[in-house]
Amino acid sequence: MSCDRMINIALPKGRLGEKVYALFEKAGFPCPQLLENSRKLIFENEEAGVRYFWVKPSDAAIYVERGAADVGVAGKDILLEYEPDVYELADLRTGICRMAVAAPEGFRDDPGRTLKVATKFSHIAREYYRGRGRDIDIIHLNGSIEIAPILGLSDVIVDIVETGTTLRENHLEVIETVMPISARLVANKSGYRFKNEKITELVRAVSELVGK
Amino acid sequence: MKISGNSENMQCRCADGAVSEEQYNAALRSLYGRFGYQPYKMSKFEEYDLYAGNKDFLISDGIITFTDTDGRLMALKPDVTLSIIKNTDIVPGGTVKVFYSENVYRVPKGSETFREIVQTGLECIGRTDPYCIAEVIYLAAESLRAAGKEYVLDIGQLELLDAAASKISTDPAVKNALMKCAAEKNRHGVDEITARNANAGAGAGAADVFKMLIGLYGRVDEALPQVRAAARELGMQDSYDSLKEITDLLRASDGFDRFRIDFSAAAAGGGNYYNGIGFKGYVEGIPERVLSGGQYDRLVRRFHPDGEAIGFAVYLDTIEKYTAPDAGFDGDLLLLYPETAPRDKVLEAVLKYTSKGMTVRAARAGAEDGLSGRFRRVAFIDPEGAVKDEL
Repeated sequence: MSCDRMINIALPKGRLGEKVYALFEKAGFPCPQLLENSRKLIFENEEAGVRYFWVKPSDAAIYVERGAADVGVAGKDILLEYEPDVYELADLRTGICRMAVAAPEGFRDDPGRTLKVATKFSHIAREYYRGRGRDIDIIHLNGSIEIAPILGLSDVIVDIVETGTTLRENHLEVIETVMPISARLVANKSGYRFKNEKITELVRAVSELVGK
Repeated sequence: MKISGNSENMQCRCADGAVSEEQYNAALRSLYGRFGYQPYKMSKFEEYDLYAGNKDFLISDGIITFTDTDGRLMALKPDVTLSIIKNTDIVPGGTVKVFYSENVYRVPKGSETFREIVQTGLECIGRTDPYCIAEVIYLAAESLRAAGKEYVLDIGQLELLDAAASKISTDPAVKNALMKCAAEKNRHGVDEITARNANAGAGAGAADVFKMLIGLYGRVDEALPQVRAAARELGMQDSYDSLKEITDLLRASDGFDRFRIDFSAAAAGGGNYYNGIGFKGYVEGIPERVLSGGQYDRLVRRFHPDGEAIGFAVYLDTIEKYTAPDAGFDGDLLLLYPETAPRDKVLEAVLKYTSKGMTVRAARAGAEDGLSGRFRRVAFIDPEGAVKDEL
C-alpha cells in the first residue's frame, strides 16, 4: 500500500488560511506559490508531497468529508453546526473567538416565555438551549444577525464574537458564552488510513508547533 | 487455523477497473455461502414497534410507516439486523449463520429524502466463540478485498475504551461526550472535557490512557503492545486477551497485513447495543467507510436471553456512489449489418465477441443514427456475413 502520495489540504480563504499555511510551512509542508498574488485556487509542491486548495471557510469540512481533500482546516463552529463525518486531529489554537448569546443592553430574560433566537448556527443554538431545558423559537438568518434584536425580530442572537466591537456599536452585549471556538485540523476518514504516514507526520509537526 | 477463501478469483472489476455493483453483490453472496452461511429472505415490512423500541440502533431516524388492513402500524424495513434477530429461532448453545442482501428504506446522511438501498451483510447469532468472531472478521476483510481495490479493516475493542472513559467519569453525559471524541479521534476534545469536569476526580493518568487508545492507529503487531499497556493500567487484561486471541487467529489469513488496530472503529456504535470487538472497513478512493460491524450481544439479549452475536453490513450504495462511471462508453462494440446480411452470421459474430467478455450491440446499418449510447469500437458485417475492418 503506498503511503507516499501527495496529501490534499483544504485551506480557508482569507487571513486565517494564511496564518494556518504559515504554520504548515514551518511544519515541513511548504508550497511557496500559494502566497503569490494570483487567481489560482490549487497549488502543488510535488517535492513536499502536498497540494493546497483555497476554499470558502465554511466549505472546508465538506471538501474533507467528501474526500476531495485529505485534510483541511475548519472552525469548531462549523464542525459543531454541520457535524461532518471527519476526524478532528488537532486544535490549531488560532482563529480564536467564542460562540456567545448576545442581547440588547439591559435585556432581562423572562424564563416563562419562549425565547426568540436569531442565528446562523441553528443546530448549535438548539442544542445549547435544549441542554438548559429552555423553550426557544429559532429564526435562521444568513448574515447581519446583530440587526435582529434591534428591529424586534428576536430577543437574543447566538453568534461568533471575536472582539465584541460590532456588538458594542449596535448596543448589544454578551450575556452568555456558549463555547470557545478555534481552528481545527480535520482529516477524511478514508484518507487518514491510506495516507496515514503523511497525515500523522503533519499532525505531529503542527501539534508541536502550537504547543501540544 | 488457516482460513482462506481464494478470493483472488472473485475480485470484481468492469473493463475499466470499476466495480460492478451486481457482480460485487454476487461475489459476496458466493463468498458467504462457501463458509456455510445460509441466505436469509424476509418481508419488506415489519411492525413499527420493533424499530420504535430500538431507535438508537438505526442509522437514520426516518422510517416509512403505513397502517395495514388489520390496523397494525407497519414500517418498510430501515434495517435488516433487527428483523433477523427478532425472527431467528436460536437453540440454546447453537449458532445461526445467515447472510442477506435486502432492500432497506431510509434517509441517508446528506440526503433529505428516503432512498431504497441495497444492504448486504451477514449475522452470526447464538453462541459466538472466538472462531466465529475471527471468521466473521475474516469474511468482512474478504468482502473488502472483493471490491478489487486497496482496503483496510480496522478493529477496536469497546470494553477497553469504555473502561478508560469510566475512569475519567461515570456521568453518562460525560462518557457520551468522550465516546464522541473517540469516534472523531479528538484528543484535544478529551482535554476540554476533563478540564470542564475537573471536579469529577479524574486523574490525569486516566485521560492519558483514553487519549492514547483513541489516537492509536497501526498494524496489529505494532499497536498491540500499547493496547496491552493500557489494559494493564485499566485492569482489563481479559479484554486485551480476547482481542489478542482474535488477532492471533486472523494472523493465518492471507490479508493479515490489511488489519489495523483502531479504537475509533468500536466507538461509533454506542454501548447500548454493542460490546467487545467493533470493526470498520475502508476501500481506497471511497471517502467513507464501506463496511461496519461488530459484536452486539446487548441487542440480541433484548430478544434472546444469553444470546451472543456478531455481524456486519456492506454499504453497496456508498460503493456505487463513489465508483467512477464508465469513461463515457455504453458498450465495447457496435456491430453494424446491412439488411441483406445473413442473420445467422450476425448472431455468430455477436456470440464470438460476447464470448470474449465484450458487450456488443448489433444494429442495422443506417439505423445506427437512432441509437443512444457510445461504443469503444465499431465493426461492419458485409452482405455475405463476413466481419469487415473495424471502423
